[in-house]
Amino acid sequence: MSTRLAQQGRFLNKTKTLKFTFNGKQMKGVEGDTLASALLANGQTLVGRSFKYHRPRGIVASGAEEPNALVNLGTNGQFDPNARATTTEVFDGLQATSQNHWPSLEFDVGAINKHLSRFLPAGFYYKMFIHPRSFWKHIYEPFIRQSAGLGKAPKARDADTYEHFYAHVDILIIGGGVAGLAAALTAGKSGARVLLIEQTAHWGGRAPVDGGIIDGVEAEEWVSSTLQALEKMKNVTLRSRMMGAGVYDHGYVLSYERLTDHTSESTGPRHRLWRIRAKQVVTATGAIERPLSFAGNDIPGVMLASAVRDYVVNYAVSPGDRTVIVTNNDDAYRTALILKHAGLDVPAVVDARPEGGGALMQQVKDLGVRVLTGKGIAKVKGGKHVEGVGICSQAGEGAVLEDIACDAIAMSGGWSPVVHLWSHCGGKLIWDVEKAHFRPDVSKGPTGADGKPFVVPAGAANGAMSLANVLAGSVAAGKMVVEQAGLKPKRIVTPEGESMPETPLKPVWMMPQGAGIKLRSKMWLDYQNDVKVSDVQLAAQEGFESVEHAKRYTTLGMATDQGKLSNINGLAVLSDALNADIPDVGTTTFRPPYTPISMGSIGGEARADLFQPIRKTPMHDWHDEQGAYWEPVGHWRRPYCYPRSAENHQDAVTREVTNTRENLGLLDASTLGKIVVKGPDAGKFLDMLYTNMMSSLKPGRCRYGLMCSENGFLIDDGVVARIDEDTFLCHTTTGGADRIHAHMEEWLQTEWWDWKVWTVNLTEQYAQIAVVGPNARKVLEKLGGMDVSKDTLPFMAWADGQIGGIDVRAYRISFSGELSYEIAVRAGQGRALWDALVEAGQEFGVMPYGTEALHVMRAEKGFIMIGDETDGTVIPQDLGLHWALSKKKDDYLGRRAQERDHMTDPNRWKLVGLETVDGSVIPDGAYAVEDDTNENGQRNMQARVTSTYYSPTLKRGIAMGLVENGPDRMGEQLEFPKIDGTSVFAKIVDPVFFDKEGTKQDV
Amino acid sequence: MLMLTCPYCGIDADETELTPGGQAHLTRETVGSDDDTFESYLFMRENPKGVHFERWRHSYGCGKWFHAARCTVTLEVFGTYSAQTTEPPKEICDKISGKRPGWSWGSFS
Repeated sequence: MSTRLAQQGRFLNKTKTLKFTFNGKQMKGVEGDTLASALLANGQTLVGRSFKYHRPRGIVASGAEEPNALVNLGTNGQFDPNARATTTEVFDGLQATSQNHWPSLEFDVGAINKHLSRFLPAGFYYKMFIHPRSFWKHIYEPFIRQSAGLGKAPKARDADTYEHFYAHVDILIIGGGVAGLAAALTAGKSGARVLLIEQTAHWGGRAPVDGGIIDGVEAEEWVSSTLQALEKMKNVTLRSRMMGAGVYDHGYVLSYERLTDHTSESTGPRHRLWRIRAKQVVTATGAIERPLSFAGNDIPGVMLASAVRDYVVNYAVSPGDRTVIVTNNDDAYRTALILKHAGLDVPAVVDARPEGGGALMQQVKDLGVRVLTGKGIAKVKGGKHVEGVGICSQAGEGAVLEDIACDAIAMSGGWSPVVHLWSHCGGKLIWDVEKAHFRPDVSKGPTGADGKPFVVPAGAANGAMSLANVLAGSVAAGKMVVEQAGLKPKRIVTPEGESMPETPLKPVWMMPQGAGIKLRSKMWLDYQNDVKVSDVQLAAQEGFESVEHAKRYTTLGMATDQGKLSNINGLAVLSDALNADIPDVGTTTFRPPYTPISMGSIGGEARADLFQPIRKTPMHDWHDEQGAYWEPVGHWRRPYCYPRSAENHQDAVTREVTNTRENLGLLDASTLGKIVVKGPDAGKFLDMLYTNMMSSLKPGRCRYGLMCSENGFLIDDGVVARIDEDTFLCHTTTGGADRIHAHMEEWLQTEWWDWKVWTVNLTEQYAQIAVVGPNARKVLEKLGGMDVSKDTLPFMAWADGQIGGIDVRAYRISFSGELSYEIAVRAGQGRALWDALVEAGQEFGVMPYGTEALHVMRAEKGFIMIGDETDGTVIPQDLGLHWALSKKKDDYLGRRAQERDHMTDPNRWKLVGLETVDGSVIPDGAYAVEDDTNENGQRNMQARVTSTYYSPTLKRGIAMGLVENGPDRMGEQLEFPKIDGTSVFAKIVDPVFFDKEGTKQDV
Repeated sequence: MLMLTCPYCGIDADETELTPGGQAHLTRETVGSDDDTFESYLFMRENPKGVHFERWRHSYGCGKWFHAARCTVTLEVFGTYSAQTTEPPKEICDKISGKRPGWSWGSFS
């Protein structure tokens, strides 16, 4: 079993012990441990259960590529699922639990699935759960949902904070290994602004573990002296624990910095999402070792060869006492050397190459280790942990030649460059036959605004596998990006790298190469999604030949690790099954982020009060003091109603409507859009924007107007006032102010740019108060200052003046059908006027009313509301607004579109009023049905409700709706089915329910 | 996340500052046009793999509409120019010709 070693541990501070728990069990680690190394040090090799078959799983890797060791971290507001134990740094008090098991990790009921694996092949769910149809909703889906998923979604509100950070640099270097350091040194010396980031807490990457000499010193020493040199450069910024998450257009890069995950103290934000613009990007992202596909390669104790030596050297952890190494390359022999030097046993190195390896193999042999060439692993013995291996000929079908007892297996199938970030924005790949991996095609990098590549790969990420090649390539990459960023590179002596020579690997995609179905069904490709060699072969056999189809059918590479270990192996199995070359099959698409990033970091500061700014009118505080029930309208908050104690919202609305119709109501109408359109061509311009004729409007008068899109559909409405010969004030809907202003600017700037017109959005510069009801004039006259009589200020006129000593502009317009003045004042005096009206209005029975009372009153009058009666498919003709479509004009936006045959179809649904037979209120959004049915057996539709309210004035339910041929069917009765299975019946009537002649508003 | 130079402000604007406006250089059709012509104006758009002319608005900047000539494959930007024109400037067309000999787009080449 795994244990802590007395020697080694370059990341550890063994003097500082840390306590943590795993599944509630107390464990000890030391400072510098990852959760993975600490678990191994505690002998905990079983860390989770697999997704589909609930097989026991252990730690495979030592870095971001880890597929198995996913844990839940923390509790409550700090709960975090699917955290990789290999990238989680241990701190005092850390709490981790394993995932996807019930009732316990050691004994899991779902593991029965592994005995059913024969019956759960690729595409099983698609094939099995299709019939009978009704079973899906009630039986299959609830069951699958319960057993699906790895981590659980957090339930509590996230207790941490997050932030976004913006950076602009000449050169961003992603990856702080030897390659990234060498590139940074080169770029830094040129004076370029350089940002070098490393996803782990440590600089230097693999080199200090894998060994080698740079400029005559050990790699580790070179790393620390280079780091010191970089830290002295003012133009170079170094950031560890920061991952390059995604590379996007024109040098935009998202990076993910983990600030407090490694500590129990959490001051400041937990994660920081960097939004970087870089002129040039170097991807020095290294390479990932590939597993080998042999039967039982998922049993805890089977690890990547590189991870085994990482644990020994970096964390002083032995994954096992007796480790069998299985490889197709020379590199894995380094693991044998390190294990032997740590005093651990290596019973055998199993090399699939008949001729074995080179100098590294010889060193291993010299230490007395058995090397079996041309051999492979037929199977792994053990259930919850490795107990031994059966050796076979790689060339054969898997007959066991010999059993070797061991408690760990270190495997290496070769190395794949991490090309993710290179590929995100379109960098192309080429297949390197000799090294059997995809690497960047440097001539086809992602291009920037100048059409030239802005990403340059360096080091192992570019396929360089020896220290000398890594250093030479990285210095060259550093020079290249400096030049491409428009700077002059300084001369720099390329550091000399010396490492052990390696003989070529032999591609091994299946072990042994002639394995039968029984063995192939135990060879795992994707550990996290439980995809085996046999599944990919089945997908190919069933015709899923495209790599993208095979991926989705088998779910290969679709787990949270995005196939970092499995994709190339799966691809090779697929291409073999298709009898095609690997590059012809191609890869699936690499998409950001490189590893999952927290949702919190994506949100950044935008949460709670900072999620969205709230727009407040000058009277906002007064409404709040009166206990207004708020309704969000765009970014505004508007009072929906003002409930008094013990009053429900419906009662409040009824009271507000009744009082406004009988006495006096005040509405805060400040949110209405107010756009000034000015210039010699303003009238001509508005004639194009509105369906009505606006150029004929007299100064001092108002006109209600409709606006359509070029497609003919209604987009906004409102009252236009002509201020003087070349000035108009256009009122828009509350939600439409910014949109309509943009619409005006678009046409002005891009179509009629030679017209002399200027537009300004003054929405927030004015407060506006609607003074409404039979006593409206009385309260204004009481405050005094201007003549508001019918003769001087008739309906649909406006005038400037004073009310109660405040400069105002009073519009005689009405959206309620009552005598109404809309009084505009400078925003700063809105509250003063409101207070004055409230005080002076006491004797006239003044009450504020909210948006719902406004809606009810306009519906009683049959006035349309943009967004209720319109939905982007409605034209003015549908709403009986022909009177607002000027016949004198040649053209307006939408006019030609309204001539299209579908728009002039006599059978369009048109606006009518609906009066329920029993006086009840039709549910919102109800549809009226026909007697006949469609091909699916559903009743055909003939109408839909657009507005429906209880009318306090008429004391019954009223509605408006769009009805097929509606205006020609007055008096007919329609049936509106309700959700409870009953129906409500309504009669088609005129949409104006109240004061049809309009006498109340025109007094 | 493109970066486009606003020809009015002269600054490099991040895509988050901009609003896309679809294809540039449409000719407005209205009353009097036949159905096919009108349909083409309203709905039919170029969807090229390569050189394209687009409308953008510097919404969170100066508020001006401008045009951009760019390659939809490589994201190379050949230039940006005022929207108050019916055709791309000659120097931009020449630049495109230098980089994409034989290009054509709509009635331009």
